[in-house]
Amino acid sequence: MRAPDAVLAGLARPAAEPASHRLSRLRSFNLDLATVRVLWWRDLVRFFRQPSRLVGALGQPIIFWLVIGSGMSGTFHYGAGAGTGTGYLAFFYPGVVVMVVLFAAIFTTLSVIEDRHRGFLQSVLAGPGSRLAVVLGKALGSASVALSQAALFLALAPAAGFRFRAVSWPLLGAALLLVALALAAIGFAVAWAVDSPQGYHAIQMTLLVPLWVLSGAMFPVPSDRPGLALLMRLDPVSYAVSAVRRALAGPGAPGALPGSAGRDLLVSTTFAAFALLLAVLASRRAPRP
Amino acid sequence: MREVRAPAAAPPRLSLTGLFFRRGARQVLREVTLDVSAGEILGLLGPNGAGKSTLFAILAGLLPGATGSLCLDGQPLEPGGRAFRAAAGIVFQSSCLDAKLSARENLRLSAALHLVPRRVARERSALLLSGAGLAHRAREPVEQLSGGLRRRVELCRALVHEPSILVMDEPTTGLDAASFHAFWAEVETRRREQGLTVIVATHRPEEAERCDRLVVLSEGAVVANETPAALRARIRGDVVVIEADRPSEVAEVVGRRLGLKATLVEENAVHVDHEAGHELVPRIVEAFPAGRLRAVSIRRPTLADAYLALTGDPLETEPPGAAA
Repeated sequence: MRAPDAVLAGLARPAAEPASHRLSRLRSFNLDLATVRVLWWRDLVRFFRQPSRLVGALGQPIIFWLVIGSGMSGTFHYGAGAGTGTGYLAFFYPGVVVMVVLFAAIFTTLSVIEDRHRGFLQSVLAGPGSRLAVVLGKALGSASVALSQAALFLALAPAAGFRFRAVSWPLLGAALLLVALALAAIGFAVAWAVDSPQGYHAIQMTLLVPLWVLSGAMFPVPSDRPGLALLMRLDPVSYAVSAVRRALAGPGAPGALPGSAGRDLLVSTTFAAFALLLAVLASRRAPRP
Repeated sequence: MREVRAPAAAPPRLSLTGLFFRRGARQVLREVTLDVSAGEILGLLGPNGAGKSTLFAILAGLLPGATGSLCLDGQPLEPGGRAFRAAAGIVFQSSCLDAKLSARENLRLSAALHLVPRRVARERSALLLSGAGLAHRAREPVEQLSGGLRRRVELCRALVHEPSILVMDEPTTGLDAASFHAFWAEVETRRREQGLTVIVATHRPEEAERCDRLVVLSEGAVVANETPAALRARIRGDVVVIEADRPSEVAEVVGRRLGLKATLVEENAVHVDHEAGHELVPRIVEAFPAGRLRAVSIRRPTLADAYLALTGDPLETEPPGAAA
């Protein structure tokens, strides 16, 4: 009687030899993908379920844009003489779009500090995903929230003089996605290394906010200040702002850096890659006792 | 007919061998070696700082850099590595639920992390939540649930991928007695029905009593590994508790006049372990002038007493319920 024997042996085996606990490469990859998806989905759901965050996401940049924009418009002249040049509201608008992304990245990665010690992120860290997957998931979630906020603000583009049909949406999307990923990854690395909300704010205000101020978002690269001009050229965020300007107002947009959109995107991609690497390295460190 | 192989030779579910962990100049874990059999509840007992939370963090993959070996069902895995994390269910002392999401969503996210197919995850979370008496509140944001209910969701979350071992760090901290019992009733049910294996770090004596076996940690080393009953039996007889305003003087007098070892425990209490407590009480009362002592009582030794006798440190930082 062969068949019952085989059945019995088959039944007995699982008890004596439990399934292998080692992970195949494919399963590891799928677990990483799942980790990225879960963190991404969670950040988006949390954002869209809180109406106050949606209102704040739109209200704050509008106020910022209109107040600073009209305050500066009397003294600011770009391009040819007065009358033919670009008004400050139009010049400042692409800068505010990048600011929306910056603030969203700061806000969403601040939560990492709390979340890591007494929150959902704890269970993800103790889950089967790698640290790289955790960083990518969080950066994508944060970037998606940032892009959603930017999209809300971009609905006002016609009010700043940019026609929707003239906007290069692929370039705009790519530039904003890259800078959002980079800033979110930096935020993650800072949150991880500093591990206190006060320290986090102090570092972000002295690191990320100057990156934005020097990015050409508020004023163009000055021709008579070589030192400042060099700093602005070294600032990776400048290239994202430049790409956003080109996307909204064409290749020769006022305030865009000399060069092409391709170069702008290349620098932004490198920036994002370095920032993500930094975040992964930071996340491998043990928490302080 | 061939004989069915007996499962008696099966390796322990989890075995840790020679685990060391150093943080700066401090050796936090010293050669920790322990086994957990399938279906067993193992307690890691020790006060804060004894190393049990460090051991937990290493298993949960939160603390890299430990040396030593870990075997799950006889298969060597990296301590706290991905493969172990994929096989284990982990319950933290602090919440790791997303408070804005519902219990059901939290469970499904956790299932997704472990690649549980969506349909299975849906059925299993419904089953787990109704088993925990939470079916009617599964759609509410977790932040609207009480602390005790949230803990039960936490347990369901850790079980949703059907782990082969459940690792918990002081899972009932801050729970009242009713929630404590409900939580452990859940664990017991899973153990009875599915042969769940549990390793739990605790400093609550009533939690330690629920374990099949206790590994006692002191200053990062294993100092005892036995059943709660055997641990308690290390103290023969009774514990006499003397409460007084100047306990150090009382301890000194007990030592000098009665020749007994008295241990200062809390701010104003002294413990004397003695085989015949009822004979000792009148001698203690007579040894002090009226008014010097506030109370003298006698009780059966608890795990906290055994821990104190074993290590010289109190188990709980807050005063234990002495009248228990």
